[in-house]
Amino acid sequence: MKTASSFLELEERRRLVPVWFEGGELQLPEGSNLAAAMLAAGVGTFRYTPVSGAPRAPFCMMGACFDCLVDVDGVTRQACMLEVTEGLRLSMPRKGRNVIDADN
Amino acid sequence: MQITDLVIIGAGPAGMAAAATAANVGLHVILLDEQPRPGGQIYRDVDRVAPVRGEMLGKDYTDGLSLTAGLDHGNITHISGAVVWAIEEGIRVLYTADGRGGAIEAKRILIATGALERPMPLPGWTLPGVMTAGAAQILLKQSGVLSKNAVLVGSGPLLYLIASQMIRAGTSPLALVETQTQADLLRALPHLGGALRGWRYLLKGLTMLSEIRRAGVRRYTSATNILIEGETAAEDIRFTADGKTRHIPCDTVLLHHGVVPNTQAARSIDVAHHWDARQHCFVPNLDDWGGTNVETVHIAGDGAGIGGAKVAALAGRLAALKMAADLGAISTIERDDTAKPIRRSIAQELAVRPFLDKAFPPAIEATKPVDATIICRCEEITAGDIRRHAGIGCAGPNQAKAFSRAGMGPCQGRYCGLTVSNLLAEANSATMDETGYYRIRPPLKPVTLGELAEMGGSVNSATN
Repeated sequence: MKTASSFLELEERRRLVPVWFEGGELQLPEGSNLAAAMLAAGVGTFRYTPVSGAPRAPFCMMGACFDCLVDVDGVTRQACMLEVTEGLRLSMPRKGRNVIDADN
Repeated sequence: MQITDLVIIGAGPAGMAAAATAANVGLHVILLDEQPRPGGQIYRDVDRVAPVRGEMLGKDYTDGLSLTAGLDHGNITHISGAVVWAIEEGIRVLYTADGRGGAIEAKRILIATGALERPMPLPGWTLPGVMTAGAAQILLKQSGVLSKNAVLVGSGPLLYLIASQMIRAGTSPLALVETQTQADLLRALPHLGGALRGWRYLLKGLTMLSEIRRAGVRRYTSATNILIEGETAAEDIRFTADGKTRHIPCDTVLLHHGVVPNTQAARSIDVAHHWDARQHCFVPNLDDWGGTNVETVHIAGDGAGIGGAKVAALAGRLAALKMAADLGAISTIERDDTAKPIRRSIAQELAVRPFLDKAFPPAIEATKPVDATIICRCEEITAGDIRRHAGIGCAGPNQAKAFSRAGMGPCQGRYCGLTVSNLLAEANSATMDETGYYRIRPPLKPVTLGELAEMGGSVNSATN
């Protein structure tokens, strides 16, 4: 999964490791902030809201807004409060998608 | 259950300075912070980042190194990645770290949880690609990630700081869309004399503005009718400036019109707050040392009222001296003598604030948004919803919360609370103090049953 990112990543020597988001593989710098790394890798939408199904992405980057929620091993967590580790399996929180499915 | 003299919540400038001061006079300190490394938001990750990007970020950032160095003390236990979810009876702090719950009992607690961006609900502000200016700062500091096509929107010196850092990094913003007006500047001028005592800040501001001008970044002021458009992400921004409707295609919109105290932890233990008309935010009622109506709890840093990083560190030291004297580690004479020069420095650092507060007020169209604008990001409640609830008799935010669900989502009102209070005060022709704020209850942050179960284990093993 490689998409054009609207963000520039200043070069830093870090090992890239595979991380899966919604089944697609991302190569992210190990130990870096997960939300920042996902943005730099071109992930535009992190989740869909449970209320209206609107797309969301990181807003505050400091653990306050809860817009960057992702599911990690079945637990919904804030991507901006996590670090990249090899083999992370991430998905959009289920609750949002179920609502969208029900609406469709 | 761990037992200590002082537990400090937040490892930003206030928390770090307080920890070092308290440890140096013999108190045992546990410092809890959500981030993996100390620094808070202003000095985010400074130990790791200063050698890599210190020059681009400037001395105001690398100054944080002296505070992180102060944590290297045998009396300080820094628990990183610790999310505080409850404070009990003014002496117990419950937190989770590494998937486990933990509990600390302390003789004194210092809340040093800093500030949040003032909520800036504009049409389209929930779209991916719209972030706070603070978020952009954090991305740049911690991760070296910058937006390639950004428009900066709002008011305040932080916008100039970010713009100048982006210019230095080689990714100039497309434009600054500023909401402050000529009239605001005129209202600020009477405070210029006082501000000159803080001339370093003014000089810094002028330097940043000339950097922005030299880079050819367009500045629009008195901007109104701001609207962010896009299907699945921000694609452009529209606004009116100089009597013309403008339109700038962009990928990222960075919002900022000041920061406000993060009062969640203090409110959860019924620390009294009042409305500060000059800073346009609620602040805790504090004595000269940061003491609250809860005897064992002090507050220092931007969470006590916005003063910036330097004031935060100084206030952290003051609070630590007070608590050290209360616990008998130093005499009250020593406390007062040490405090004197600290108080003088605080006065000097705060001199520029009245000028800045007048020159860069909050954007009115974001404090009192039009009906269709979403004001609660979590539950997607609009300004019109809140006005309708005011119309059927909602006097305060807790009633409005029950009626509308605004403030019931995971952020627990952090990014809608002030807007809801503002809207209700306006609709009911009431003051902000009469209107009040959300009642905050634990858990302050979500906690899983698994984490609670782990805590039970650790409490038992500690008491066995």
